[in-house]
Formats: sequence, structure tokens, C-alpha cells
Amino acid sequence: MVEIERDNDTLTVKLKGDIDHHRCADLRRKIDARADSERPKTLILDFSCVQFMDSSGVGLVMGRYRQMSLLGGRLKVINVNDNINRVFRLSGLESLGVME
Amino acid sequence: MNIVNEMNLNFEAKSINESFARSAVSSFVLSLDPTIAELSDIKTAVSEAVTNCIVHAYGYQGGTIYINARITDTGRIIIKVRDKGCGIPDVKQAMEPLYTTGGEERAGLGFAVMQSFMDRVQVRSAVLKGTTVTMEKAIIRCAKNERPQ
Ligand SMILES: Nc1ncnc2c1ncn2[C@@H]1O[C@H](COP(=O)(O)OP(=O)(O)O)[C@@H](O)[C@H]1O
Ligand SMILES: [Mg+2]
Repeated sequence: MVEIERDNDTLTVKLKGDIDHHRCADLRRKIDARADSERPKTLILDFSCVQFMDSSGVGLVMGRYRQMSLLGGRLKVINVNDNINRVFRLSGLESLGVME
Repeated sequence: MNIVNEMNLNFEAKSINESFARSAVSSFVLSLDPTIAELSDIKTAVSEAVTNCIVHAYGYQGGTIYINARITDTGRIIIKVRDKGCGIPDVKQAMEPLYTTGGEERAGLGFAVMQSFMDRVQVRSAVLKGTTVTMEKAIIRCAKNERPQ
């Protein structure tokens, strides 16, 4: 359901499947556990295998943005499809510079 | 405008049913031959409304969610998502982007998503009685070409 890979200072989270409220609690736990213990400089959320996301996903991304700011690192969101991008556009997340 | 097809769905307010609900409604809409983008809009809007019933209306305590979907002869889909939960004291405020009574990293964008992805969104709510969200969308290809029967 989710693969997390470490490469030097970067932790890459390969998200899979639909991202809704039901999935978010588990994703949040898994991502935060790795980020807390490994303290990467960059956390990448890769959406290439995600077909669907609602506003719960925006909450997930904002929460990880705050988490990475606290840890002194940065967040990047990559490979977002058009439909999902329309949800992100409503959120103003682009102004935080996390969307690639 | 006449109703040419209708479905009703009652299910438990459990988060595992969020994907079931949006898939069921999107399957029902398929007869209108929507585009992928239109289907995605409808799935996202239904997911938002159903999640709100689970998280806010019933506060994770469970209850029943009622969905009614109707297709008109003018190629519109009308979707009602209803709960018998806590109700919304100030609907106008609740619908403002980024407003959330929160917890668990809610973004406060559910109503904003529904409004931007559907043509029309109406919210009726009574405290301690429940909330009904009615959403409408015209399926363009269908409105232009064949009318549903
Ligand atoms: N069905 C509902 N029953 C009770 N309150 C609701 C319902 N739907 C929405 N609300 C209220 O409206 C607010 C905004 O909803 P929304 O825009 O979906 O954002 P979010 O779900 O992220 O909080 C919620 O935080 C909640 O207070
Ligand atoms: Mg919501």
C-alpha cells in the first residue's frame, strides 16, 4: 500500500491506491515514524501510483509539511495527475513551494 | 425535467465505506456516459460528503448514511447525501474554505471541493437532527448528444 525508500538525505514515499480519510491515518503513522527516526533533509511524496485523492490528502500533505518544518527539512510532492492537482489547487499549497 | 433513473443506498458510517460509496455512485452515473474528468469530480464530491458524515455528523460513533441519486432526462445527476447526526449550527460559516472544527488534520476544504467540482451544492441542516447535502452536475456529453431515457 505504501513503499518508503531511503537514499542519502532523502526519504521517498511511494503512495499507492486511493487517498481518502480512511487511508490517511495509517499513512500518517507510517510516514511520521520513518521521518522521526531517520530525520531526512527532504521528504518526497510520490503520487505517480495514486488515481484518486480527496481533501483528506491535502490534510495529509499539510501535516507532513509542518512535520518536516519542525525537523528542519523540506517536503516535495511529485507526479500528481490532473484530477488530483485540481484538489491541490483549491488548497493554496502551491504557495508553500512543495508542488513540483 | 423528469427523473429517468434513481437509486438509494443506506450504509454504516464507517470509514472503510468511503470508497464503496464513491464507487457505487460513479457506477450509477456511467449510464450518462460521463468523461473521466466528470466521473472523477463526482467521486471526489461524494467522498467529501460521506467523509463529513462519518467524521463530523456522527463523530466516529457510527450511524447510517443515506445516499439518493437521480438522473434527469436533461442529462443531470442529482445526489443527496444525508445523515441523522449532530447537524451544523452555522452552515454559511461551515462552508467557508479552510473552516474546520477539525481534529485529525482536516483541511477544511470539503465544501470547497464539492462546490468547485459540482454545478450546484445545497446544504440543509438542523442541530441534533442531521444534515442533507444536495449536489447537481450536468453531464455535458450527454446533454449535447443523446438524452437518457
Ligand atoms: N454532515 C455534517 N454534520 C455536521 N457537521 C458537518 C457536516 N459536514 C460538515 N460539517 C462541519 O463543516 C466543517 C467544514 O467541513 P469541510 O469543508 O468538509 O472541512 P473538514 O471536513 O476538513 O473539516 C466541518 O469541520 C464540520 O464542522
Ligand atoms: Mg470534510
